[in-house]
Amino acid sequence: MWIAIGSLTAMGLILGALLGVAAKFLAVKENPLEEELKEMLPGSQCGQCGYVGCSQYAAALAKGEAPITLCPPGGKAVIEALAKKLGVAADLSEHEEKGPEHAFIVEDLCIGCTRCIRECSTDAIMGANKLMHTIIVDACHGCSKCVPVCPTDAIVMVPVRVTLRNWHWPKPEVEQAHSKSPEVAHVH
Amino acid sequence: MKEYALLIISAALVNNVILARFLGLCSFMGVTTRIDTAVGMGMATTFVITVSSMADWAVGAYLLEPYNLWYLRTVTFIMVIAAAVQFTELTVKKVSPPLFQMLGIYLPLITTNCAVLGVAILLVEARMTFIEATLFGFASSVGYSLVMVMFAGLRERLALADIPRLFAGPPIGFIVASLLALAFMGFSGMTS
Repeated sequence: MWIAIGSLTAMGLILGALLGVAAKFLAVKENPLEEELKEMLPGSQCGQCGYVGCSQYAAALAKGEAPITLCPPGGKAVIEALAKKLGVAADLSEHEEKGPEHAFIVEDLCIGCTRCIRECSTDAIMGANKLMHTIIVDACHGCSKCVPVCPTDAIVMVPVRVTLRNWHWPKPEVEQAHSKSPEVAHVH
Repeated sequence: MKEYALLIISAALVNNVILARFLGLCSFMGVTTRIDTAVGMGMATTFVITVSSMADWAVGAYLLEPYNLWYLRTVTFIMVIAAAVQFTELTVKKVSPPLFQMLGIYLPLITTNCAVLGVAILLVEARMTFIEATLFGFASSVGYSLVMVMFAGLRERLALADIPRLFAGPPIGFIVASLLALAFMGFSGMTS
């Protein structure tokens, strides 16, 4: 029995050591930045940036080949975070801030072709063949990938309804605060 | 020399691992949708089977046989195979990242490919010499690659064919695989 235990342990150790050495010599240089950038992206693989998925976009970002403004689901927040991380100026001139949106299926037009279901990367569309589909709003992250595949143009993007659960205090506007501050001081 | 040639033909064609012994059917069905992935898988598996046959022969001859530990056969062989697969994975990742992405999960799954363990067990049970074992492992894996590439070619043509909906996809794949196995039965009896 001791021979069996000893020999298996020894084999494990030797093979492990060999693999460790091999891993040293065959190490692929992976850019640590790439991993960090991938973490910052939404990770829904919607492909609207023009790359296959988020990791490919992160790789292109790390190499400096892609602009940081390509991610629509991430919006302004992701662009600003990427700009900070990569130390580049965020060019927001072409970016229109739309606020959170989700897809909506106009049910009168839906013919139940299931094409949008196959396209959805977050499984937010319910429905079956020849039956009307609908969007689970909580699961939809607004990538709008389903919009172009719809043969009857039944999918539209609508802003997320403001409810008590997702309403926030508006941020103070910078110019207003400047112009008003003397008056406010005066009043008090 | 003659027996070596016979051994190679027997292992590669007559007793083909996939179509005569029915080992490694998972990857046979899984990665044969395109010829280039089938070639890559064939090359990776060829390397793993050849290396692990040599290593498993050594383990069998110098550890299991002298200390009468045959009951540890499966565990030790799997350990050697797993190490060989890990090494292959590292190499493929380094040498060809696109191939690494295409093979995906099937590359680490070579560990549990029964063709690899099957070849190792067959060669220790037949009490082969080291050269015979190496040739047997190499020839078996060449036979494996050959069948993988042939089947991938057939499936690429099947993808274009007008198949009744009842049979489209995997069913026609299995039917074609059985016909291919039938064709390989023609080799049986060529070597004793």
